[in-house]
Amino acid sequence: MAERIALTPVVAGARPGAVARLRGLFLRSEPLRGYTLLSPTLGVMIVALAAPVGILIAFSFWTQNYLEIVKTVTLANYVALLHKPIYAALLWKSIKIAAGVMFATVVLAYPMAYFIAFRVTRNKLLWLILITVPFWTSYLLRVFAWKIVLGYNGVINSGLMSLGVIDQPLEFLLYNPFAVVITLAHAWAAFAILPIYVSLEKIDRSLIEAATDLGDGPTMRFLRVTLPLSMPGVIASSLLVFIPTVGDYVTPKLVGGTTGIMIGNIVQSMFGKANNWPLGAAISVASMLAITALVCAFLWLTKSARKRVA
Amino acid sequence: MSGAVTSKNKFGGIGVYAVVYLAFIYIPVLFLPLFSFNDSIYIAFPLKGFTFEWYRKMAASDGLIEALINSLKVGSVVAVLSTILGTLAAKAVTRYRMPGRGPAVGFIMLPLVIPGIIMGIALLVLANLLGVGLSLFTIGVAHMLICVPFSMLVMISRLEGFDKNLEEASADLGENAWTTFWRVTFPLSIPGLIASLLLSFTTSFDEFILAFFLAGTEVTLPIYIWSQLRFPAKLPAVLALGACIFVISFFLVTFAEWFRRRGVQVKSTSGV
Repeated sequence: MAERIALTPVVAGARPGAVARLRGLFLRSEPLRGYTLLSPTLGVMIVALAAPVGILIAFSFWTQNYLEIVKTVTLANYVALLHKPIYAALLWKSIKIAAGVMFATVVLAYPMAYFIAFRVTRNKLLWLILITVPFWTSYLLRVFAWKIVLGYNGVINSGLMSLGVIDQPLEFLLYNPFAVVITLAHAWAAFAILPIYVSLEKIDRSLIEAATDLGDGPTMRFLRVTLPLSMPGVIASSLLVFIPTVGDYVTPKLVGGTTGIMIGNIVQSMFGKANNWPLGAAISVASMLAITALVCAFLWLTKSARKRVA
Repeated sequence: MSGAVTSKNKFGGIGVYAVVYLAFIYIPVLFLPLFSFNDSIYIAFPLKGFTFEWYRKMAASDGLIEALINSLKVGSVVAVLSTILGTLAAKAVTRYRMPGRGPAVGFIMLPLVIPGIIMGIALLVLANLLGVGLSLFTIGVAHMLICVPFSMLVMISRLEGFDKNLEEASADLGENAWTTFWRVTFPLSIPGLIASLLLSFTTSFDEFILAFFLAGTEVTLPIYIWSQLRFPAKLPAVLALGACIFVISFFLVTFAEWFRRRGVQVKSTSGV
């Protein structure tokens, strides 16, 4: 393997006997060779992921005196978080919006994934590509596209007005949490469909036939066989959608208006206009903990639910 | 599409749903190219007339071209480096039994489950403490963080897809590790490598949230687009740009798919 070559110069200075022993040990030990090969990647990830997150946590215990960072460990930021209910309220709202996005995205995507997995017999690949095509343009522009659809002079308003259904544009379409949900249900579509599709595709078709032979109708068959067996895909999609949505600040800013503000917007302003990095760090750490706790609870619930079914 | 409509009966109600869903994901996106040809600075109906003006404006905008070049630079470097790191990691975890393999893989995958904004500010704080100035370099590091897990996933599935015995056979036939890699492992991995390069490049090219926090004076394309979204007069040119990106990625993805199919053929013939 390539790492053998890399190792030789390192041990070249040692005594010949020791070199041979080390070399022998290295070649015999699979874990050692594996970790040598893994080390560049692990090293980069530790520097670029573990270190920053560690420092972010440290930052959340420090304070800021104008432009100076005071490195005295204190709980002041977390106390401030608890005393100002706005932060907890915003975090809670973000979680609710993200849960709504997750639910809408997965429920809308599931029938599409089911259709491709079970109904399309030829050219499945074509359908899969068809689903990903709209997502090849810029993410910001995709979000912006919904402003065109829902806006004051947008597609829906001008369409309804030319049909004579309404006299003046509806203002409630844009700048609210609902606009955030529909925009993100669109933006995440491919991410939700693909994992569900993969898990549906894996289902052994004879299990479904067995359910039919044992007298289950289409609905019972779906609820008792197909749905439970596709749960890994549903869970993966849900998490893929939920986690990034909680921290999103782009969509709320573009289509959410004042009622659609989420915790990400606050964090962003703490590192921008408001310029209070330690407080921003504390909000981030608190959000991260809340997300982790929710994800664990979600996984535990689905696991126990599946056990009950099985 | 026409095939789907004519055979709707066979597909039943769910076929109708599929067509409606396709409309839901396509229609909003198709407004972007539509308005890029509309002869008005207002992105609203009714359409005014046909024009190429916005494409001319786009090509003449220095800021845009600069941002595009920056994005191409960051995207290509990130794609190559993440693919190398992802491949090394994938090879390690697929070819060696080692303790702690699960946690190590989990750790590398972590960036996929941490909200982008948190990774962005964490890297910003680190750069600030280390005194590293914000530049395309800091954006690149952040992008590698999300591209390495993707690349590793792609390469794991590729490396698991071909027979490990092929490598062992090469060694038995007297090739050393280096020539085995170049003559067996590398050619068989090419479809995965191409997929990983394209996935990493497009991820980096379109990434906004991390880049927003880590950009210095040189900006990437999404940051440029973000700055333009506030100026209505500049929007149509941005839509023209979006339409161009769309067409180019269409060709890129078609090329990747063609390459992947070739890979499948290689795999099936090697199995014989």
